[in-house]
Amino acid sequence: MNIIRYHNQGRSDLAQAFDRFAVLRDELDRLFDHSFSPVFRTPGSFSRWAPALDVYQDKDQFTVVAELPGLKKEDVELSLHDGVLTISGERKQEKKGEEGYRNERFFGRFQRSVPLPASVDGNKVKATYQDGILKVVLPKAEEAKPKQIEVSVD
Amino acid sequence: MNIVSQEHQKSGQQSTEQTAYVTPNVDIQAAESGYVLYAEMPGVNRDGIRITVEDGNLVLVGHRQPLSASGEALHRETRQLSYRRVYELDPSIDANRISARIDQGILTVNLPKAENLKPRRITLE
Repeated sequence: MNIIRYHNQGRSDLAQAFDRFAVLRDELDRLFDHSFSPVFRTPGSFSRWAPALDVYQDKDQFTVVAELPGLKKEDVELSLHDGVLTISGERKQEKKGEEGYRNERFFGRFQRSVPLPASVDGNKVKATYQDGILKVVLPKAEEAKPKQIEVSVD
Repeated sequence: MNIVSQEHQKSGQQSTEQTAYVTPNVDIQAAESGYVLYAEMPGVNRDGIRITVEDGNLVLVGHRQPLSASGEALHRETRQLSYRRVYELDPSIDANRISARIDQGILTVNLPKAENLKPRRITLE
């Protein structure tokens, strides 16, 4: 089986060139996110890989979304401490074949921490895992929600 | 075999409309009976998978389910694009017996070798 990445499926040379740039850009984005972002840090010293992660906010809650394909529900650990959500766990390899022909995926332990910009109600945090996507919904604490203050005129 | 090539026509049109794809990470394991390919496609369920074989190429495409998260993005690393990867199939693979499944974002594709190409022991008469 040839394992050359094969892009010219009826597409122009230019489109193929851009494909290659897109791949390179992906890799650079990952590298920079993981190396220099002081807020969303990954403890590279003891984990070999880290999942891609998004954080969303509306007026009531934060939603953290992490791409974690191929895990079991029980292999994911979540903790909330001092306003920092930590997602960690371990990805185990599927049944090993006789020989690895091509290996691009990462296995082993991972950990990422997300400092939340406002306080959340730790008792109401909900997490779901579907199609390899972990979604954690963290409702904001009452005091962190925006409030309308009425101005009274004497 | 006809069904397979019709499927490809459809997905071929889709791929000219959308030009940007994410390349999934793939592991391939080899065994005597064939190869097993594992592609990471988080966010894709079985409805989003299009696998086609044409002109000796195996085309793997995964369309994501829309991400359901409310509000504005404070931080974004995921790219909400479809996945695509193309492999040239070795002639020893029996294209009619390729099978696949997806579970928690891992697409597993079984690529069995043709029966007459498997190593076998010949007994003397």
